Amino acid sequence: MADTSAATARARVSASRAGEKSRTSWLTTQLEDERVLGYVLLVPAFLLIIVFIAYPFALGVWMALTDKVVGQPGSFVGLANFAKLLDSDIFRTAAWNTVFFTVVATAIKAALGMWLAVLLNRKFRLSRVTRAAVLLPFIVPTVLSTLVWLWMLDGTFSVFNWILRWLWDLELSVFGLVVKEDFGYIRGPNWLGDPAWAMGSIIMANVWRGLPFFAISFLAALQTVPTELYDAAEIDGASGWRKFWNVTLPMIKPVAIVVVVFSFVVTFADFQLVYVLTRGGPYNSTHLLATLAYQISMHAGNLGEGAATALFMVPLLFVVIVLQLTYLRRIGVD
Amino acid sequence: MAQILIKDLYKSYGETPAVRGINLTIDENEFVVLVGPSGCGKTTTLRMIAGLEHITAGEIYIGERLINDVPPRDRDIAMVFQNYALYPHMTVHENMSFGLRLRKLPKDEIGRRVREAAEILDIGELLDRRPKQLSGGQRQRVAMGRAIVRNPDAFLFDEPLSNLDAKLRVQMRTEIKLIHQRVRTTVVYVTHDQVEAMTLADRIVVMNDGVVEQVAPPQEMYDHPATRFVAGFIGSPAMNFLPCKLTGNGSGLSVILSDGIRLNVPANRESRYRDYADRDLMFGIRPEHLTEQRQHTNAEQQDFTCKVGVLEPMGIDTMVFMNIEGADVCARAAPRSVKGPGEDMMFTIDMQNMHLIDPESDRIL
Ligand SMILES: Nc1ncnc2c1ncn2[C@@H]1O[C@H](COP(=O)(O)OP(=O)(O)OP(=O)(O)O)[C@@H](O)[C@H]1O
Ligand SMILES: [Mg+2]
Repeated sequence: MADTSAATARARVSASRAGEKSRTSWLTTQLEDERVLGYVLLVPAFLLIIVFIAYPFALGVWMALTDKVVGQPGSFVGLANFAKLLDSDIFRTAAWNTVFFTVVATAIKAALGMWLAVLLNRKFRLSRVTRAAVLLPFIVPTVLSTLVWLWMLDGTFSVFNWILRWLWDLELSVFGLVVKEDFGYIRGPNWLGDPAWAMGSIIMANVWRGLPFFAISFLAALQTVPTELYDAAEIDGASGWRKFWNVTLPMIKPVAIVVVVFSFVVTFADFQLVYVLTRGGPYNSTHLLATLAYQISMHAGNLGEGAATALFMVPLLFVVIVLQLTYLRRIGVD
Repeated sequence: MAQILIKDLYKSYGETPAVRGINLTIDENEFVVLVGPSGCGKTTTLRMIAGLEHITAGEIYIGERLINDVPPRDRDIAMVFQNYALYPHMTVHENMSFGLRLRKLPKDEIGRRVREAAEILDIGELLDRRPKQLSGGQRQRVAMGRAIVRNPDAFLFDEPLSNLDAKLRVQMRTEIKLIHQRVRTTVVYVTHDQVEAMTLADRIVVMNDGVVEQVAPPQEMYDHPATRFVAGFIGSPAMNFLPCKLTGNGSGLSVILSDGIRLNVPANRESRYRDYADRDLMFGIRPEHLTEQRQHTNAEQQDFTCKVGVLEPMGIDTMVFMNIEGADVCARAAPRSVKGPGEDMMFTIDMQNMHLIDPESDRIL
């Protein structure tokens, strides 16, 4: 009697175990299916994108279609904001400035970055230290380093102008020249206050700040190029320059394109640096779409129009990114 | 199509020497193979000939020209690398023609040369592919094609077959030999595979630890190694080495391997060895000259008995391992003649092919 009840109990236990097992194995089988697992793994990233990117973006689009100003609910005005912007001189100046700033700064960064990377790729004493030091502009907070630039480019205290003056003095004393008309000292340009120089100045600061990213990315790419390829090219008769054109550049092209496009996007939307240095002045000569959008929405309180200004960046960047993706897919074939 | 002359070549990386004084003359159209164990300086030597490595001391001439300070592109040599080093972003045609384009040859000339090389190598169908779309063997051919189109003074190969599987390696080996017969050029070929060296070379250069041990044609290298290292390196399975004592036996000399094994030295070697009588020496014999007991075909074949240790059947022969006075010895016997492990077996040794090594200098007497 006792024997049988013990046996039934045991049977029940084993039955419930089996049930548990089948439940876990159902989950396991589901997760082993890559279609299911893929979606499960995507969920966290998807949520983050919705909260931090999709929602603000949608909000921006909606705002751009209203006449919302700070403190009041806006009403739908269709494309009126966009039409108004296209008509305004300052917007057109800012749009042109943005394109000019981005293209020139990215081109300089790419060229200098490549040059720096090639230099850093050589083995020399302290090469590791130097490589680390190159990253410095990249890790200092932008606002902080930009404040230093502000100081260096100051109309009166500019260190560049002091150096120019020193060189001028040196030249005078070396050549023993006597200058009849006394200029006092040579005045350097008013870097940020002169419309002719301001754009150049902010490009210079942007290049300084963005160069490490290019140099380090290119350097990383350079180090993946097998050295035998250079040996082979050398035996094939390639000079240093030829090796660069026919081996280095094609080998790092995929990385280079991603880096350039990424930097293009970031530079295109640059705000901090320009805002700290010039606030778009003098005479709007350095106004970019980002600073203009900020000015319209935050200073003038015109949120709808500001959002529309910012949205103008989207189609341009979209084209750039599509071009990049198509290209990468094409060369990804082989 | 030029002679290469290497004089007292020396190379060190910082403090560590990689090549320590090499002298070598490679004749026009000769196929020379540098062979030796890993790290002996083969690649370093080749790269110095190519101009990819700075020469620490010594001189290299190609033809009449001292090329120590001539950059690779002005040396008129072509090189095939171990990992092929094909340009991944170029097609096969572009890979092969790159050197010619840099030298600004006329277009039709480039096309003609690439087609010719492609025909020799049987890669005509692959000209529009990228290296990634090729098998290892095909890449190997393209790498050779890139060298052939240049029509250089000399070809340098650095272990070109080591990335191929065993079967393909044998096939490509034959093919390289055929190509050399067709495109007659000076070749310096590096390998660590002694079979490759034996089969390909006009002359073999055995290197060890940065120096040349011996330079000789393959058969001579096999028959008359100069040092113990060469004797052990060339030939597979390797030569057996046993400590021995050389003693006089009345009129002649004999080698004593153990109490039971006493072998007479051939009469024609006696004058060569006489000075070493009563010394402890090293006796060397190749497995193929140590067989199951056979009918003697010459007077220098002698028999002895030894206990069988391990058997390794190879199909055509069975390797019989035994122990003589602490030394492992390998004999090459006919499969049906061998006794089981632990049993005594009669062997015939051909003393005509014996070697005696002076343990102090490691030179073959
Ligand atoms: N770039 C280098 N820096 C320092 N030492 C090196 C360098 N290249 C080679 N060596 C050393 O020089 C010696 C010879 O090297 P080498 O590459 O010529 O050998 P190898 O005969 O080609 O060997 P393997 O059969 O393995 O290719 C080795 O001891 C190696 O460690
Ligand atoms: Mg090597």
